[in-house]
Amino acid sequence: MRKLAGIARLAGQRLLSSLPALLGVVVFTFVLMRVLPGDPAVFFASGPSAGQQEIQDLRHQMGLDRSIPVQLAFYLRDIGTGSFGRSMTTGQPVLKDLRERLPASLELTFTALFIALGLAIPMGVAAALNPGTAIDHAVRFLCTLGVCVPTFVSGLLLIYVFYYLAGIAPDPTGRIDVFTAPPPSLTGFLVIDSLLAGDAEAAAAALRQLVLPAATMALFVLAPLARMTRASMLAVLGSDFIRTGRAMGLSRSRIIVVYALRNAALPVLTIAGIVFSTMLGANVLVEKVFSWPGVAAYALDALLASDYAPVQGFVLLMASIFVLVNLLVDVLYGLADPRVAAA
Amino acid sequence: MSAAAAAGHALHVLRGNRVSALAAILGLVLVLAAVIGPLLTRYDPVTSDVAHALQPPSAAHWAGTDQLGRDVLARVVAAGRLDYAIAAAAVFLSFIVGAVIGGACGFRGGAVDRWVGRVVDVLMAFPLFVLAMAMVAALGNRVENIVYATAIINLPFYIRFARAEVAVRRQAGWVEAASASGNGPGRIVLRFLLPNVLPAMAVQISLNLGWAILNAAGLSFIGLGVRPPTPEWGIMVAEGARFITVGHWWLVAFPGLALMLSVLCFNLLGDGLRDMLDPRMRT
Repeated sequence: MRKLAGIARLAGQRLLSSLPALLGVVVFTFVLMRVLPGDPAVFFASGPSAGQQEIQDLRHQMGLDRSIPVQLAFYLRDIGTGSFGRSMTTGQPVLKDLRERLPASLELTFTALFIALGLAIPMGVAAALNPGTAIDHAVRFLCTLGVCVPTFVSGLLLIYVFYYLAGIAPDPTGRIDVFTAPPPSLTGFLVIDSLLAGDAEAAAAALRQLVLPAATMALFVLAPLARMTRASMLAVLGSDFIRTGRAMGLSRSRIIVVYALRNAALPVLTIAGIVFSTMLGANVLVEKVFSWPGVAAYALDALLASDYAPVQGFVLLMASIFVLVNLLVDVLYGLADPRVAAA
Repeated sequence: MSAAAAAGHALHVLRGNRVSALAAILGLVLVLAAVIGPLLTRYDPVTSDVAHALQPPSAAHWAGTDQLGRDVLARVVAAGRLDYAIAAAAVFLSFIVGAVIGGACGFRGGAVDRWVGRVVDVLMAFPLFVLAMAMVAALGNRVENIVYATAIINLPFYIRFARAEVAVRRQAGWVEAASASGNGPGRIVLRFLLPNVLPAMAVQISLNLGWAILNAAGLSFIGLGVRPPTPEWGIMVAEGARFITVGHWWLVAFPGLALMLSVLCFNLLGDGLRDMLDPRMRT
């Protein structure tokens, strides 16, 4: 109970201290979007033939005829009431658009993180158990290579190999191929929704679309995860309690998995949190390559069409997720390591 | 350490670290290719030759031709100049500005330090690539704006780094001595503190160069910044992306390879530099 209270206090402090940064993000984004070139009112008027009156009306409707501080005040009030404005390109409220598209991005990012962790932890452990050997060097080489290939290149090369050459990957556009009916939406994660609906065929179709973009992202974030696993495993393996365990005659696998890995997992958790939030924002490129209908692609399209509201909403969403993930990592950290909450 | 001793030490480290030596050679080759390569290729990077469009690599066109019949190798080599220039300018800019701001904050502390810290926190709460995207869109689709955007998203790291490094040295005896002998605060930071921080920042710069190249190419890939027909690796990959599903791999693979080798080289050099500056390596 005292432990939980400690964690709650820690989480509360963190949340409070991140509020100024979040407010800063809102103001910064707002100012940035307002200095964007081009008049959105002209852009969204019916066409070049639009009359001066129509543009004037649109400008008034969008609040663009007020001074910047007044616009900012309106914007802050809107955010406070949960209204993120309306996208001019889709004609829908930004919040609705984001809610529709966020599951696509989350599904992709979670899968990528899952793949990356599934590869990075065994690799890092193997490297830490055999430092200085060929295995260690091979892991380091793979990691170094992973961060050097930009995602938009590795994604395209994966498409070339698995779609064009091997012919085993589906057409690399969207979340599910056009011949398969998407499942009824419950969680928004197509694979899970299909399984819940008992539609194995749709689940397989969605999974096939998901594998390549997720692998592309996983490849890029392999390095920080594997490196951290290796470093933290090495540190733990050198500590006294491992030596004691060995001296007591515990089996090698028990020492590695139960005692070493569990203690080495904490720094990996922190990095995984950072990697997750970075991926969510940085997957613009992957979403673009695979025509993935996620939030990043949505924000990019809006940006190129000088549609302000979706970009602001997107950046705010990303910053909030960033704060929340960090908070979650802190809480998990507190649960896993009693010393953190007690401090 | 005298210049000769420094060179000797560098050689010693390179001899013990073959990877860094290879990276140094690779870096030299890449930069040379970017500087004099365009003079050596037979083809012009922007002149189209539709009769020979989309040809696979051959003896005449070592890296094939693109959809307008332009030689891919000539374009990859020409793009190197631009990409390296963008990355170098961006990193240089954020290094100079970051070192001065961070140095001042670390030395002075107080209210200015706190406010700069706040702004840095706000910048770091952004998804950085998205911030760069928005900035290029706001400033206009031009090459120099890629430089500014890349410099700004790098800035927080330099400010933090310089601030921390200066702050730990602020109380050192030699800083007091410099102050006692009549040097003003500006002179102490610029003449005494920053030169001491410089070696550690060199590692950061090298690692950052690779990242800046990826960032610039990524921005061009999504259609921000450099515009066609200018040869640039990100644009070349974006144009080649349309042809990957019909099997024209060379349009993506060669600019991709150039990007990969450049980033690899800067990352390895950064690691090597760290080994070189780490006192524990000096025996």
